[in-house]
Amino acid sequence: MIEFNNVYFSYDKEHTVLDGISFKIEKGESVGLIGANGAGKSSMLKVLLGLLPHDGEISVNGIKVCKQNLAEVRRVLGFVLQNSDNQMFMPTVLDDMMFGLCNYGMSKKDAEARVDEVLEQLDLVSLKNKYNHKISGGEKRMAAIATVLAMQPEVIIMDEPSVSLDPYNRRAVINVINRLEQTKIIASHDLDMIMETCTKVMLLSGGRIVAVGTTDEILRNKKLLEENRMELPFGIAAADR
Amino acid sequence: MKRIDHAIVEFKEMDEMAKRDSLVHSVNPVVKLIITIAYIFVTVSFGKYDLSGLIIMCLYPIALFEISDTSIGACFYKLRIVIPLVCAVGIFNPFLDKETLLYVGNVAVSGGVVSMFTLMLKGVFCIMASFVLVATTSFDEICAALRRLHIPGFFVTLLLLTYRYISVMMEEVSVMTDAYMLRAPGQKGVHFSAWGSFLGQLLLRSMDRAEELYSSMRLRGFNGEFIYASLDPLKGRDYAFLFASLGIIALFRFTELTAIIGQLVM
Repeated sequence: MIEFNNVYFSYDKEHTVLDGISFKIEKGESVGLIGANGAGKSSMLKVLLGLLPHDGEISVNGIKVCKQNLAEVRRVLGFVLQNSDNQMFMPTVLDDMMFGLCNYGMSKKDAEARVDEVLEQLDLVSLKNKYNHKISGGEKRMAAIATVLAMQPEVIIMDEPSVSLDPYNRRAVINVINRLEQTKIIASHDLDMIMETCTKVMLLSGGRIVAVGTTDEILRNKKLLEENRMELPFGIAAADR
Repeated sequence: MKRIDHAIVEFKEMDEMAKRDSLVHSVNPVVKLIITIAYIFVTVSFGKYDLSGLIIMCLYPIALFEISDTSIGACFYKLRIVIPLVCAVGIFNPFLDKETLLYVGNVAVSGGVVSMFTLMLKGVFCIMASFVLVATTSFDEICAALRRLHIPGFFVTLLLLTYRYISVMMEEVSVMTDAYMLRAPGQKGVHFSAWGSFLGQLLLRSMDRAEELYSSMRLRGFNGEFIYASLDPLKGRDYAFLFASLGIIALFRFTELTAIIGQLVM
């Protein structure tokens, strides 16, 4: 489904951000992307989405990620940004959810029907006509996820979906992620959330993938995590005590 | 609430105003845009001493304010910084044009004074008409209408992004001002010695956020066209509104309505 083959990216010649990354993600997998600050997680996601240039080959559903194919690739990928304020730029939640659908040629009537359907699934109907600047951070994050889900992407990519959420909203986001049947790629420092939502984990360090394995294999490996400036998830550490 | 936060709220209130429901709100944005442009052109076309002819032009925006249930007070309040600047345009006219044009009672009024008031009113009326447009039409619809009128996509996209980035920039100013004030107790504002770095940081942070926002648009299929704000074709009532409005504006411009009303009153 998603394949990286020897992918490089750097902002300048001296600092390589992605250093020869290769991996495959199969359809339906739920992959956690972890690593310390500056490990290259966000850059990797942006390269996949065609927001940053790259050397090497990336393909999504067999479609090569390049300028000519970006529209096609982006129909397959849905990206939830770390900062929901940057994602929700239209006046109301409804406007925001319809934005992408109409851009891809759906009529306003059909788009609104789709919006209703998604909001109902996520139990967010009350947000539909609310103004984005008047909803809370947690609601905005849920609305941002709904915005992406409305486009029915085959892959959902999330950058730090639980950051700056209170426990209640964090739990709500985790529950939503677990209900999604699509392929998921979640970049996060919240290892407890990764533990709950992902079946596979890739650990990045210095722009390279240093470990790939099942969630249990990676997130229970204290030595590996500490070598890469991370800690055991709180849930596991507490159970070990 | 801090002044900048208050400004953000005021700015976003415009979107809320545009979302309300009224006769004017329901008119096709292309029609509203054409009427506003026509109104501005006609208003500007009055001669510099034609104060009496110009005054009648206020009726049109006032009527739209009433029909759209938009408060004129809100217009003047939100534009309280811009209106004095507009009024200042003709402020030197009385010094440049001292020839007596008319008498009010025994007081001689120079051409400069009349032309100053004419300029002021022209500016205020045009601002009022523009405000009604923005208060009854979302910015995306205005952009879509501009595209429908074949204004180049590059220009319209620039306009839309500028509008979006204003609030992004204001939010960054708010955050940075908070951070500054917490470490500069007792100061009333940002000290001028910090202006350089403050503005530099503001620019960098705004650019980062603006880029994220634009990425978010592109990822959802935005390619410079306003498909998501696609406008319905003009209906019968849109045409009726268009021709009625243009007719009224033409009537105001080409007949001496003020004089007729004056004679009737006398």
